[in-house]
Amino acid sequence: MNTAIEFENISKQYRLGLVSTQTLSHDLNRWWKTNILGKEDPYLKIGDVNDRATKGSSDYVWALKDINFKVDQGDVLGIIGKNGAGKSTLLKILSKVTAPSTGIIRAKGRIASLLEVGTGFHPEMTGRENIYMNGAIMGMTKAEITRKLDEIVDFSGVERYIDTPAKRYSSGMTVRLGFAIAAHLDPEILVVDEVLAVGDAEFQKKAIGKMQDVARGEGRTVLFVSHNMPAVQTLCTKGIILKNGMVSFSGGVHEAIKNYLDDSSYDTEQVNAQVKIINKALSISKLTINDLETNKIMFDYGENILKVGIEGEVEIPFNMSVEIMLYDDTETLVAMYSPTHLIGHTHNLKAGKYKIEENICFPSTLCNGDYYLSVRLSQMNIEHVAEINKLVKIIVNKNISPDTGVGFDKSYYGNFILNGK
Amino acid sequence: MEYTTEIKPKNKLFEVDFKEIWNYRDLFSLFVKRDIITQYKQTILGPSWFFIQPALTTIMYMVVFGGIAGISTDNLPEPMFYLAGIVCWQYFADCLNKTSSTFTTNQAIFGKVYFPRLIVPLSTVASNLVRMGIQLLLFIFVYIYYLIIGVKVAPNMYVLLLPFLIFILAGLSLGFGIIISSMTTKYRDLSILFTFIVSLWMYATPVIYPLSTMPANKQWIMALNPVTAVIEAFKYGTMGVGTFSWGMLSYSFGFMVVLMAIGIVVFNKVQRSFMDTV
Repeated sequence: MNTAIEFENISKQYRLGLVSTQTLSHDLNRWWKTNILGKEDPYLKIGDVNDRATKGSSDYVWALKDINFKVDQGDVLGIIGKNGAGKSTLLKILSKVTAPSTGIIRAKGRIASLLEVGTGFHPEMTGRENIYMNGAIMGMTKAEITRKLDEIVDFSGVERYIDTPAKRYSSGMTVRLGFAIAAHLDPEILVVDEVLAVGDAEFQKKAIGKMQDVARGEGRTVLFVSHNMPAVQTLCTKGIILKNGMVSFSGGVHEAIKNYLDDSSYDTEQVNAQVKIINKALSISKLTINDLETNKIMFDYGENILKVGIEGEVEIPFNMSVEIMLYDDTETLVAMYSPTHLIGHTHNLKAGKYKIEENICFPSTLCNGDYYLSVRLSQMNIEHVAEINKLVKIIVNKNISPDTGVGFDKSYYGNFILNGK
Repeated sequence: MEYTTEIKPKNKLFEVDFKEIWNYRDLFSLFVKRDIITQYKQTILGPSWFFIQPALTTIMYMVVFGGIAGISTDNLPEPMFYLAGIVCWQYFADCLNKTSSTFTTNQAIFGKVYFPRLIVPLSTVASNLVRMGIQLLLFIFVYIYYLIIGVKVAPNMYVLLLPFLIFILAGLSLGFGIIISSMTTKYRDLSILFTFIVSLWMYATPVIYPLSTMPANKQWIMALNPVTAVIEAFKYGTMGVGTFSWGMLSYSFGFMVVLMAIGIVVFNKVQRSFMDTV
């Protein structure tokens, strides 16, 4: 496979805090050491790991530290990570908006970046004028744009507004037009950062489709940054996880997402840590799964019954209904258990201590993968009282057909296997 | 397929990619067009503002400097004399003010996408040229009017230097502008000082008075200002008054060339990482 982009020891250092006389003295020192004495930059030797939540000792942080990886031609690479992990910095370096502190990137072909598309639009100019403007900013010639104008307008779906100044556009329309321009740029490498957030469902689908075409049909390389895991999963073939400015995982997209979500919500947190009380008249003191205080459970092949127990105290009587949601590892709702709506069952709690138990029956056809249970307590038809997010992680890994020995993995078969009659 | 792009921490000092700038020439022309058409959008008078601005300034100068202060105009009609100075100086000052804030005003777009940053100040200088051309028309109208009513003006061959004079003005403003812009991305102190300097600079340039009003032994101080020779040459060529010397003009030209060279090198160095400090 041909390598399209190669990142070699890419690091990026930033200075925290305000620009002041102290930064001036550092700058002068740096200038003296590097330009006059010909030594190395003294500030490149120091610097903390970029963890935004902890207090550090140095004024310098490494937004990126020793990033090394290669992207093959035709790959769609998803870059995932928490806020401040260095995703956008990486893309900014790749799109030459800012230079790296150390290291080198080698790439083949034209790089087009969609870092928040439509930001280059001039509000006073019409959509048509902005197409030319934006196209030219991204390196197209006038002739090229004229040739693709109809296609761009058509793809964007804002034809009616094309001769209206861009300031009259809705934010979604701006993104539509911006994306349409970039998508028709025909770059060898397309860099996309969180653009889909503003578009509506129809457009998101269209955009993802277009990116897939670009990658699969035309053999171009796409780098995609998003927090939208289902989008990453559908679009990407490979994934890397950035954590505190370093690559913590690199591989297939399914493993990457799994790894990331595992890491982001399940490292040390206790079951109780995810409880959100909305009505303060209720408290929760104990949560049990199958009578155990656990946050992980494995399912074998066959039907599985899960007993969810909630204990606590209420100050006033409640007519409580329980809803239990099953999410998959892309945080998509898979199924729901709602006895109130199914059979009209609620719990009549009197003031004082309470204990609720629900037995949920999971079908044998649930495919192999990771799932999460969340619970919502509500006072029937009045308000939500409490939410328990990610009460338990359910790992299904033994759904193997006894007849054929085939393992039903979620990434291939979906969430459920359908039975025949 | 070979690697076509290399992204490194630092470029060599004199590594300016002129070929890349040439490849983006369509962007340059679009920027120029944008600057011109968006300037007076949503105004009723529209492009006639191009005329109204210098006309009002001229009237104001006539009242303040001609009327109240009574400064000499070398025996020329006041409107003609002031307009000549204003057209030249305004071009220089407009270009300078705009190019000197290239990085700070364009940080939103510079932060999203890469293109050769030098395109922006270059297009500013070019779009102001159109504006200056229109104002030059106003000057010509006034000029013809005075010719008809029989005022004695003595245009001469040096008027053919006009394109060269404008070129020097453009180069000077671009050079100063991009140096200031590069120096003010991180420490803004200079930009505050600078707006103040530009407004004073006009008085150190023979815009509202002729160089000849200065005592002859002090004129060399004025001539250190590279803009002086250009404006004097303009007045000399079109109206036959003022001081013209090839020596002073070559000084201005030389000044411009050195300034541009320094400017482009500094700008090119700063543009690579200015997003981190702006």
